[in-house]
Amino acid sequence: MPLRSIHAFTGGVHPLGNKNTDVLPSIHLHGFREVELLMQQHIGPPCTCVVHPGDHVDVGTMVGRADKPMAVPVHSSISGTVKEVHYVVSANGAPVEAVRIESDLKHTISPFCRPPKVESFEDFIQMIRDSGLVGLGGAAFPTYIKLNPPKNKMPDTLIVNAAECEPYITADYRQICEHPDDIIDGILCVMKWLEIPTTIIGVEDNKPLVTRIFSHEIKKRVFKTGRHPDIEVRTLKTIYPQGAEKMLIYTLTGRKVPPGKLPIDVHTLVMNVSTLRFIGLYLKEGVPLTRKRMTLDGSALNTPGNFIVPIGARIQDIIEAAGGTREEPKKIIMGGAMMGVALDRIDHGIIKANNAILVFGSEETTLPPESPCIRCGRCVASCPMDLIPCGIDKATRLRDPQMLEKYHVMDCIECGCCTYACPSKRFLTQSIKNGKIMVRAERARIQQEQKLLAESEQKGGSSS
Amino acid sequence: MKLQVSHSPHVRDKATTQSIMLDVIIALLPATFAGWYYFGIRAVLVTLVSVVSCLIFEYISRRVMKRNNTLYDLSAAVTGLLLAMNLPVTIPIYMVVIGACFAIVVVKQMFGGIGNNFVNPAIAARIFLVIAFPKAMTSWTIHSGAWYSFKSVDAVSSATPLTSLGASNEPSLWSLFIGDKAGCIGEVCILALLIGALYLMFRHVIRPWIPAAFIGTFFILVFFFGHTNVLHFTGDLTTSSGWEMLFHECLYMLLSGGLILGAFFMATDYVTSPLTVKGKLIFGAGCGILTFLIRYYGNMAEGVSFSILLMNILTPHIDEWTMGKPFGEVKENAKA
Repeated sequence: MPLRSIHAFTGGVHPLGNKNTDVLPSIHLHGFREVELLMQQHIGPPCTCVVHPGDHVDVGTMVGRADKPMAVPVHSSISGTVKEVHYVVSANGAPVEAVRIESDLKHTISPFCRPPKVESFEDFIQMIRDSGLVGLGGAAFPTYIKLNPPKNKMPDTLIVNAAECEPYITADYRQICEHPDDIIDGILCVMKWLEIPTTIIGVEDNKPLVTRIFSHEIKKRVFKTGRHPDIEVRTLKTIYPQGAEKMLIYTLTGRKVPPGKLPIDVHTLVMNVSTLRFIGLYLKEGVPLTRKRMTLDGSALNTPGNFIVPIGARIQDIIEAAGGTREEPKKIIMGGAMMGVALDRIDHGIIKANNAILVFGSEETTLPPESPCIRCGRCVASCPMDLIPCGIDKATRLRDPQMLEKYHVMDCIECGCCTYACPSKRFLTQSIKNGKIMVRAERARIQQEQKLLAESEQKGGSSS
Repeated sequence: MKLQVSHSPHVRDKATTQSIMLDVIIALLPATFAGWYYFGIRAVLVTLVSVVSCLIFEYISRRVMKRNNTLYDLSAAVTGLLLAMNLPVTIPIYMVVIGACFAIVVVKQMFGGIGNNFVNPAIAARIFLVIAFPKAMTSWTIHSGAWYSFKSVDAVSSATPLTSLGASNEPSLWSLFIGDKAGCIGEVCILALLIGALYLMFRHVIRPWIPAAFIGTFFILVFFFGHTNVLHFTGDLTTSSGWEMLFHECLYMLLSGGLILGAFFMATDYVTSPLTVKGKLIFGAGCGILTFLIRYYGNMAEGVSFSILLMNILTPHIDEWTMGKPFGEVKENAKA
């Protein structure tokens, strides 16, 4: 029996799981006529576009080169002709350069794609960067940065995030069911090059099959190599946000990541199962990150399920290829129901970190009106970061940056628990995000003021 | 295609302000029915007048202030029901209306309506009535006339159990528990109140921190500093009657007056109690201490409402004092 983890964070909520698609095998979707590849699919500066209209590209041809640190290259996900290089508005509202590629429907893989040779740690980091890999759990943090920590902060534990606590999404679940061997390969590769002694796989206790699959896979490795791979599976309480990085680290190791710090500061590395599976696959095939497994669910869809789609495919085309809708969608969400972004139009191309598209019909689309806060404290009880969301909300509405700082607004992880729990249906998460913007503006203003003050003092000093 | 755009999360919990208020009303019903049973049809009249006038005052004040109608959130109905439960059955009807007006118009709506009142409207109204009409508010009765009689003269005036501790007409603990005693309409039947309180806790509407701290503190204070306290106890603890003597006053004090009603239904009012668990414990303990002081050293028989009112006023400060550190902050400080 896998060990149960002993630590538990306070707070969290229990939204309906709605894991309707967990028994459905993933289906490859082909035949997209065009894709739109954004030049910025990661946290960090955008890539430089290296193709021009009229160029021919294959699957795996680099179209965006990573020139700046933190940038990760973008590769073509289909074979065909570059039609246009232009600016589009991304799903989160920012303008970003994009390449439109028309497919030749042949799906030729670039001849340059071959399994990488890794002989040193530097090779390993270069390989990860060249593969275009970012954190596939949703954050899109460049993986090569994560795997290259400062030398004084080497991780001693690798945590594999298989919690998948968001409602509806089952993409990781299917990933584990279908490719457990690749995942273990990826884990072993990371453990080898970063010299990490132990790995813990965290699985929510509502997914017993996943626990069994991993235990079985580890046993297979023991038979094959004659030694235990030092990978341990532990079950976690099913509660949202169990899969949030800080919560997961605390539940599995008892370590608390201080505010404003990264997991590496407590010598922990957290990686999503899909990210690790990609490393395992890339070692074998050498094709960069060009396809993504995602869950399509929601009452407006004909056939919900998990689909493997080329990155850059437009959402409307994906919905069409996956079986279409049975009623007019009322709300389309990129990502999960708790943290996803509601879209205003559906011609966006999907990016690397997308793991779900939820197409809500009229029964799921509700936007109850806000009513006054009754101070019931449910937001406080549900906050995994031990903040006081209703207080932050009040401070935001008063536009008071000092009060916001006092309530530690910057520590919010925007998990949405407070808004979920609020009986007055207040948009607490939204308010907190606005509060963060206010605090950043205020900090910048103070900094500017101090700079001006220092300059004027210098001038005053020189003239006298 | 018209798509709705809103900020995450896109799923919400089922609970609404309205559903919470409805739960409170359901939880108050057993005690209300018990009050009607003990005090007859006049108690029904007082309750209905209180609830209906609260609703009317809420509607009128929202209209006059040109704000949206908030009758549907049921908070005014809860206030009306709680106010009625805190009134003696013999109270003249016009006083009930005045109390409802004070609760809704002055305490609640003038400060901005639901969520913005700094003290519990029902408690403030009760205290207002006690000060304005001390005679009517403190003439306790045990109803002895026919149940259908509206006339309060049928009732026999009686002392509240709080003043008859140790007297020859002292009621038994059992009769205090089931409600066969003098008192306000809603506070007499402890059994019914506890059923309601359990329902609220089961539905996660209230958490046990405030009632536990309130009742616990009060119990300990009576145990150590009451009239027959453990420090000066001379009884024989080898017999069961000795133990009975030791705990008699504590239990008697718990079961009489408005302590149970106050601790479970009034002190736990969301708007006027602290947000954090630590804050709730401090709030409850403060209520317990004040209730003890007023009951034993004040010149009033009942101290529950005053103690809750005073702690209500302290609530913003308690919230300030008990604001915790965010997740992870503690460890950083410990390292430094």
